[in-house]
Amino acid sequence: MPSPYLPNTDADRAAMLRDIGVSDVEELFQDIPREFRSASFDLPRPSSEPELKAEMRALSGLNANLDDYACFLGAGFYRHFIPSVVGHMIGRSEFYTAYTPYQAEVSQGTLQTTYEYQSLVCQLTGMEVSNAGMYDGSTAAAEAALMANRLTERDRISVLSTVNPRYREVIETYARGHDLVLEDVPPGLEHLSPDSACLIVQQPSFLGCLEDLGECARKSHGLGALLIVITYPVSLGMLRPPSDYGADIVVGEGQSLGSPISFGGPVLGLFACRREYLRQIPGRIVGKTTDVEGSPGYVLTLATREQHIRRERATSNICTNEALIALAAAVYLAALGKAGLRRVAELCYHKAHYAASKISGLKGYSLVYQQPFFNEFAVRCPAPPARINRALFENGVIGGLDLSGTVENGMLLCVTELNTRQQIDRLIEVLARFQMESENEPSL
Amino acid sequence: MNPKEYKYTKEHEWVRPESGNRCKVGITSYAQHQLGDIVFLELPAPETQVKQFEKMGEIESVKAVSDLFSPVTGKVLETNGAAIDKPELVNEDPYGKGWLARIELGRISEVDSLMNSDEYDRLVAGLGEQPSE
Amino acid sequence: MSRRYELPDISQPGKVGYSLPTLDMPAAELPPAEMLRSDLALPEVSEAELVRYFTHLSKLNYGIDTGFYPLGSCTMKYNPKWHEDVARLPGFASIHPFQPAGSVQGALRLMFELQAYLAEITGMDGVSLAPLAGAQGELASILMVKAYHRKDSARSKILVPDSAHGTNPATGTMGGFEVVSVPSDDKGDVDLGKLESIMDENVAALTLTLPNTLGLFDTRIGKISQLVHDKGALLCGDGANLNSLVGKARFGDMGFDCVQLNLHKTFSTPHGGGGPGSGPVCARAVLTEFLPSPVVAKDGEEYRLASPASSIGILGAAYGNFGVMVRAYAYIRTLGAAGLREVSENAVINANYLKEKLKPYYHLPYDRPCMHEIVFSGKRQKTQGVRALDIAKRLLDFGFHPPTVYFPIIVDEAIMVEPTESESKATLDSFIDAMKQIAREAEENPEMLHSAPHHTPVRRLDEAKAARQPDLRWRMGNDKERAGTA
Repeated sequence: MPSPYLPNTDADRAAMLRDIGVSDVEELFQDIPREFRSASFDLPRPSSEPELKAEMRALSGLNANLDDYACFLGAGFYRHFIPSVVGHMIGRSEFYTAYTPYQAEVSQGTLQTTYEYQSLVCQLTGMEVSNAGMYDGSTAAAEAALMANRLTERDRISVLSTVNPRYREVIETYARGHDLVLEDVPPGLEHLSPDSACLIVQQPSFLGCLEDLGECARKSHGLGALLIVITYPVSLGMLRPPSDYGADIVVGEGQSLGSPISFGGPVLGLFACRREYLRQIPGRIVGKTTDVEGSPGYVLTLATREQHIRRERATSNICTNEALIALAAAVYLAALGKAGLRRVAELCYHKAHYAASKISGLKGYSLVYQQPFFNEFAVRCPAPPARINRALFENGVIGGLDLSGTVENGMLLCVTELNTRQQIDRLIEVLARFQMESENEPSL
Repeated sequence: MNPKEYKYTKEHEWVRPESGNRCKVGITSYAQHQLGDIVFLELPAPETQVKQFEKMGEIESVKAVSDLFSPVTGKVLETNGAAIDKPELVNEDPYGKGWLARIELGRISEVDSLMNSDEYDRLVAGLGEQPSE
Repeated sequence: MSRRYELPDISQPGKVGYSLPTLDMPAAELPPAEMLRSDLALPEVSEAELVRYFTHLSKLNYGIDTGFYPLGSCTMKYNPKWHEDVARLPGFASIHPFQPAGSVQGALRLMFELQAYLAEITGMDGVSLAPLAGAQGELASILMVKAYHRKDSARSKILVPDSAHGTNPATGTMGGFEVVSVPSDDKGDVDLGKLESIMDENVAALTLTLPNTLGLFDTRIGKISQLVHDKGALLCGDGANLNSLVGKARFGDMGFDCVQLNLHKTFSTPHGGGGPGSGPVCARAVLTEFLPSPVVAKDGEEYRLASPASSIGILGAAYGNFGVMVRAYAYIRTLGAAGLREVSENAVINANYLKEKLKPYYHLPYDRPCMHEIVFSGKRQKTQGVRALDIAKRLLDFGFHPPTVYFPIIVDEAIMVEPTESESKATLDSFIDAMKQIAREAEENPEMLHSAPHHTPVRRLDEAKAARQPDLRWRMGNDKERAGTA
């Protein structure tokens, strides 16, 4: 059966093989030793577009999607409103079917939008320079740690214990290559080692609390360590940017800026830092220049840091990044703009506080921390969170992250601007049943 | 052509002896042409001890990074701040304003063993591609 | 458009490009004032102006949908449209990685099956879809090598052929290894004699791209594998060029211990202007216990995330680029075994056709059957004062995206052409005509090439200026007054 993805006809192929001077396509594979030619390989039989579409639609239907459920799950990936313009703009195939803009003359779209992205990330974080993006927030944090190691020539990476544990694990994976030592620093920072390359802090913390970044900066800088802040970009719609506290490198998960969660990927690693570290930045950077006629234009620049030029001495091995997700972030930030992002942040803040105050008013429930928070907070529940989450799920609600490994009956709840009052009330109502249950069954 | 009073290495660095046991070093016209537009210089800090034919820095063009080798052994006295700020000086005037470092010689005899300009001219001629400038 | 606009130029105070709900519950007390920002200097743009701005920019781009994109080593093949629709289904796009496994069985099943397909295609025993791009898949491989040799600290070297992609040596360094380059011989293969002399008990692994970046299949792969394994080292594959091998040969059968793939190349997912990609790593039994976490396992009818026994760890906050996996899954299921084999055959026919048609005009450093791509040298044109870059820029005037130039670095003035199976003979013929005309122009009118391109949105850009005085962002608001250009 002819394939829609192979434009050549049998006649074309025959003519081409004749011109090449072989009688059979197998001759072109003559360099593969006979013993390695695949005899058989087994895959499901081919399917047509309508058949497979129906099958995949059914497969997708086996997943409980966040459009159909009320979602109070965050923990690094957040469900925010995505204006339709974002999807339409990144859906322009001139953008999404291009590759890395090596040929600047026909890649000004990708290059200029990347320059916009870099600018917007700098405006948002307050940092001086940004790269074109990393794989995700956790790998951006890991690359920041490696950069701090290069800059300070110190081998110890200090991670505040309130950082997302999965981020910590990724940093550990990346640190393994260079045998760097990971140090977990409890809150209070008294045990920060004097020979640390950097202190990595998350703001808001994994458990939602707003950390004292000023103190983190004083302590780390006092010891000659860099301060790396993992940010939640939407929170910067209202919170003071990390730069104000003296952050040296700011990283973060960019998914919340205009991209769906998509089971956690593709997402986007934000990476911004002080200008003096420019030559140690991993990944691509776009710069503005002029063409031979003096017209402005954009190019990939400072490429001598990168693997395709510096090879084994490159600042990172990253090549393909998350360009399309960075484009989505640029369109999103432009659409929301000055007032919109603030509005989103404030809606998250107020709705989360409404939910938190209602939940902490339920018998048996309490907030684990008294610190200020943004839109995520840890709750101590009267029953195991797994059980509560099952009940929530039956009521069309995806509950919070089960923290019972670290906080007894703890659950991390997240509220965004997309959670309606009805959804929050439904959450409270189901949680309340466990309050009743605990009253009726005091043994629980 | 390459200045008569300078000495040269096979790696296309030059040495210009100065009064006392000091010298200036830089890269040759051939080298700058091969590199293309130079955009960044990484030079050793003053007081750094450098060894003859060992790496003392890097020169970056738009799409290449090249090691810079010291043509002599000694101590770096100063580097050319003007060229660090404007690396194009190395392209425009490699033997003059585009010098890279001033070095206090550890072993004066090393300079004598380097190529003179005639020898270096012949080396470059043998490499084929001539600078078009 | 002579003047180029950026977002601040179309921003005006008071304009908005969004519509958001009002707060329908009591407002809370704000955090202490010192925690709040006073200034958020982002653009203010209306929706229609925003759409026009980005639409305009999209038109300055060139994608596969625009035309022929023979960017060597990048496998720029057509990306089926319906895959985009499927990937955007809420059941795929709008699911959270930390939802209970029971509520994402469809996603896990898709991943489980994709793992099995990739294992079958590569002849490997285990697959992790976790790596977020090819280079991260390479990192996973190297960390697996490190874990495998954990009790043998003398193994400090990774060998990489001099024809390799830059990511290979860069990855070796990220793994904490010393990277040693292995020269190629005059046929473009690994220099076996040299390899033999370098191979010793200090070598942890050889990373080999097959076919290599010259588009050539190393005929002595069996011998290479033997040399490497005889010294107790591992053979890591870089599957960047898998598009020529699907259904023809398998990494596992050839002695590779692991290989990383690029779903965005071979399995036709859009390159997104530079990403996202996906770089699954496939391993033979000796290495499966070290695979990055998670892998998807199946117990009875239930799918679940699992961590291999001695896993090198996780590579991202979630489980890999799932959206890319959905598209690759659709591609494999559409074509099946025979269809994928046809893809490789057509990719190889197209490359060999270009090779035969263009070799009278451009120097061919290695004249033997090529696989999915062909590397010419512009050295004949160089003697006419024309560089590979000039040839590339002139191709833009003909409406083609240029091939990769100056890579692989072992070929002087390299011009690396990868047509892929997506192109018709007619397209290839018009590309051949353009390349012939350019070869003629190099002789008769080199200035035409030096000044190319002539018909693009911008002309040749001053890259030296960009690097000497980096202008990497605009500024707005208070920030603008505080400092000049970054």
